[in-house]
Amino acid sequence: MRWGVVRFPGSLDDGDALYALRDVMGQDAAMLWHKDEALGGAQCVVLPGGFSYGDYLRCGAIARFSPIMKSVARFAADGGLVLGICNGFQILCEAHLLPGALMRNRSLSFICDFVNVRVENAQTPFTRAARAGEILHLPIKHGEGCYVAPVAELAQMEERGQVVLRYVDAAGVESEAANPNGSMRSIAGVANDRFNVFGLMPHPEHAVEKLLGGEDGLKIFQSIVEGAR
Amino acid sequence: MRVKVFITPRKGILDPQGRAVEGSLKSLGFEGVASVHVGRYIVIEIDAASVAAAEAAVKRMCDQLLANPNIEDYRFEVEAG
Repeated sequence: MRWGVVRFPGSLDDGDALYALRDVMGQDAAMLWHKDEALGGAQCVVLPGGFSYGDYLRCGAIARFSPIMKSVARFAADGGLVLGICNGFQILCEAHLLPGALMRNRSLSFICDFVNVRVENAQTPFTRAARAGEILHLPIKHGEGCYVAPVAELAQMEERGQVVLRYVDAAGVESEAANPNGSMRSIAGVANDRFNVFGLMPHPEHAVEKLLGGEDGLKIFQSIVEGAR
Repeated sequence: MRVKVFITPRKGILDPQGRAVEGSLKSLGFEGVASVHVGRYIVIEIDAASVAAAEAAVKRMCDQLLANPNIEDYRFEVEAG
């Protein structure tokens, strides 16, 4: 399967995403430059983590207007798969390809830690390799990961199954203590209403080998590969 | 023309920065502080044919880039001359 990983000025995890896809997963993955418009025939576009454009103004607000984002929006409108990780999630929200927004963490601190997230919807192209209710152990590292959306919209998203991942404790239970950043309804990852665009704050690309502290991140990439077959 | 744009967290939206500053002011002994909101202040120098034209342009700037309507409110003042 062909993948494209977008590199913005200030991207940080583009190399790790490429490593996870190419070296660990054996996929055909290429780096895409933010100033280009071509997606290189990618079947899935990854917007990686980092601090695109220095996170100036708001995280993702400026990257959203990069030339390549026009192509990504068109690709998504045509049903193409788009995966936004951390800063990529923020960019997708700013670009209105995903609902809601990501704000400063409740603690005001940058958090670097492992979290547990529960798969709320295992029927999406991004989670089909997981079981519904499965707990994934993934790292987070962000200062602006507090997910917010209008309450009425959240209710609709829940109904449609767009809330894909939720922060939980090791036993799989939601709690204030297990919600690292104050996200509404402990939301860690959401999809659009067509389920071809997915954004999450945890980093699956940093959890693809035992050496890295776990390989639960593979589930996300495997889901996408399985769907493409 | 100079335009001053004020962007603040939308009412009812969690504002952890404002809350932290509020707590700090209270602990410094400032009485009567009911609430604090921390926002952003942007100054734009713009060439425009009229105040109305500048206002129209800045409104578009706010809607497209300067503010996120999901979480922020904005207002602006145009200083002619």
